[in-house]
Amino acid sequence: MATKTYAGQTVEVNDEGYMADPSQWNKEIATEIAKEDGIELTDKHFEVLEFLRAANEKGETLTIRRVGKSGIIDIKGLYQLFPGGPLKLSSKCAGIPKPASCV
Amino acid sequence: MAEIKESPLKKVCIICAKGAIEDVYATLVMANGAVMEGIETKVFFTFFGLDAITKKQMKRLKTSTVGNPAMRAPGGLPFPTILGMIPGVEAGVSAMMKSQMYKLDIPPVDEFLEMITAGGGEIFACKLAMDMFKLEKEDLHEEVKGVLTVGDFYAMCGGENTQIIFT
Repeated sequence: MATKTYAGQTVEVNDEGYMADPSQWNKEIATEIAKEDGIELTDKHFEVLEFLRAANEKGETLTIRRVGKSGIIDIKGLYQLFPGGPLKLSSKCAGIPKPASCV
Repeated sequence: MAEIKESPLKKVCIICAKGAIEDVYATLVMANGAVMEGIETKVFFTFFGLDAITKKQMKRLKTSTVGNPAMRAPGGLPFPTILGMIPGVEAGVSAMMKSQMYKLDIPPVDEFLEMITAGGGEIFACKLAMDMFKLEKEDLHEEVKGVLTVGDFYAMCGGENTQIIFT
């Protein structure tokens, strides 16, 4: 498995750039991953990332619908935060595996 | 040998001409999936597919229990077509399909349309089929952007790396 250095910390990533170990994650790493995809993280972004991380820890299958019903943001808002990849880009920034759902 | 370089898909135009649950959901899942990948998405409903965007019918889609050789009872037991002809069986099977999908977080049709448009996807109805079924724009769900002729539709399908998909 490849490694990458974000914010001075070496983390394991898969060949698509998703972090292999969510426990290595922190906010500085997220900020740098997001930058690679041209996204500047705001507090709202972090709320979404924390939600995704918590859901992932519980073993839930994540979908954009699930995020849309989280009370944090609606689906339209999620698309605005992570243009072109609402679930994939947010999962990548959250340091969790690439989403395995089709919706 | 020259290396062939793949370039990513940019736009999909998906046509749905049938109104059974599986036909409509195949369209909606593919359309929503494309939007989620950042692919420009246009969905065109025609003929019986119009049921999926007609306010009166969209919540009542059914799956056919006759003439479907892949239809099996739970546990993989055979499901003879003659059983599918019994009144109520089609409704029961359809309700079961919907509940199974709901468990996978697949939303009802109206919410699915909203998910697609929330990400910038566009939904259209076919003018000819609308005339045929005596439908007006007001009969359609609010997320439907317009009623198109086939020529209008093709005019939208231009551009590099565009695919037309007929489900």
